Amino acid sequence: MNEPTVHRWPIRCTVNGSVQHLLVEPRRTALDVLRDELGLTGAHAGCEHGVCGACTILFDGEPVRACLLFGVQLDGAAVTTVEGLAAADGTLHPLQESFSAHHGLQCGFCTPGMLLSALDLLAHNPIPTEAEVREGLGGNLCRCTGYQQLVDAVLDAARGGTYDCT
Amino acid sequence: MKPAPFHYERPTTVAEAVAALAGGDGEREVKLLAGGQSLVPLLALRLARPATLVDLNRVEELRGIEVSGDHVRIGALTRHEVLHTDATVRSRLPLLATAAGHIGHRAIRTRGTIGGSLAHADPAAELPTGCLALGAELEIAGPAGRRTIPVGTLFDGPLSTTLPADELIVAVRVPVDMGRRPFGFAELTRRAGDFALVVASVTIAVDADGGCRAATVAVGGVGGSARLIGPAARALIGTRLADGAVDAAVAEVDRAIRPFDDLHASAEYRRAMAALMVRRAIGAARGAR
Ligand SMILES: Cc1cc2nc3c(=O)[nH]c(=O)nc-3n(C[C@H](O)[C@H](O)[C@H](O)COP(=O)(O)OP(=O)(O)OC[C@H]3O[C@@H](n4cnc5c(N)ncnc54)[C@H](O)[C@@H]3O)c2cc1C
Ligand code: FES
Ligand code: FES
Repeated sequence: MNEPTVHRWPIRCTVNGSVQHLLVEPRRTALDVLRDELGLTGAHAGCEHGVCGACTILFDGEPVRACLLFGVQLDGAAVTTVEGLAAADGTLHPLQESFSAHHGLQCGFCTPGMLLSALDLLAHNPIPTEAEVREGLGGNLCRCTGYQQLVDAVLDAARGGTYDCT
Repeated sequence: MKPAPFHYERPTTVAEAVAALAGGDGEREVKLLAGGQSLVPLLALRLARPATLVDLNRVEELRGIEVSGDHVRIGALTRHEVLHTDATVRSRLPLLATAAGHIGHRAIRTRGTIGGSLAHADPAAELPTGCLALGAELEIAGPAGRRTIPVGTLFDGPLSTTLPADELIVAVRVPVDMGRRPFGFAELTRRAGDFALVVASVTIAVDADGGCRAATVAVGGVGGSARLIGPAARALIGTRLADGAVDAAVAEVDRAIRPFDDLHASAEYRRAMAALMVRRAIGAARGAR
């Protein structure tokens, strides 16, 4: 079969606060671009078809599946990945601290997506009920924790501070 | 799990999008990309291998929600999350706002669009039954210009529509008076955020003396396409919506549907649940009079 000739698109986007100029092949997903072009391997490639949530990032402040967005669609956008959560000196984000304190991770594969979904939840609903936390994390699968520690971590983080997605 | 190569186009107007679609033929498929929440998985699994993707996300004309005259016009690119939270939709078309809130998870709703959901035509999707029950019409653009069709003529079996490959959905128009009706929405899912096993949307219109003047009953997940069940609506019209009338409507649904067995549920179970969901939706509409 004749593969169409590859035309790369120039894009400009802001990733974790720094401006990036890239040349991307359209079929590469935003997840591929973040991981392979920018070396940001925090967003994980789990299922690569929208089911697991391991690739969740914030795209112009809203949670999206990076595996269902193309890299060219990052043009003009601002993106936050898990690498953008901790402070420059490595001090963990309060949500990360809470995940650590409550054993909200074991292997860590789901953690980047969980953290960003949790951040989005708390930004919109600062004092969620347990049921609301479970629903807020419902699009992210974890094969290790059994979820209880994750829910505890998010509820505790909610008590300890206020959050926003910008 | 990586899409095959494709050409990418990024129109900014409906006219440009229509022109880009016109480049396709049987050999070289051209596909529209809206939220990507159904199409990109198909590309990743290589169940779809279009030669060109036309990204609609920069077409301003496909955005926006406005009340104009006797209908609410919803741009095809309206995200599920916007439909769920927008003040106009919540007050004018609460059935659609409710249905949109049941779709997937927030990270799906922030991207997925009403135009994409209707065009994808999943029989178990929420918005098709909502749009059917509300008597929605679709504004379509193609090489021959614009036309308007009732949403009921769009669906043509699982994941298939009557929309020609060179046309696109520009907007969904819902009559304001349909949006005002008491409504019910009910769905059965295994987990929050899943596609429905069965989904039902119902509207009723009631006279001052309590008689049911008009009704719509739409179901999904129990056959190839979401559809209106006319006989069920007629079983309610002219009654005072007592339990016997509800039983009669549910019996009409049972007669009309042809559910299938699949991995998720047996046909028999879907049939029983369709009766229950329709009963709940009618009950909710009756309670909201
Ligand atoms: C994990 C997950 C869970 C989900 N859960 C649900 C659920 O519970 N309920 C549900 O209903 N959906 C669910 N979805 C699907 C979601 O609702 C999609 O948003 C929707 O089915 C397609 O909309 P889209 O904008 O993403 O379209 P796309 O994926 O971009 O496109 C889908 C199809 O529509 C065509 N198309 C798009 N826009 C137009 C247009 N304007 N005119 C003509 N054709 C067009 C495309 O060419 C393509 O063929 C889920 C998806 C995922 C990944
Ligand atoms: S890798 Fe994106 S949802 Fe699983
Ligand atoms: S910690 Fe292992 S998948 Fe969640």
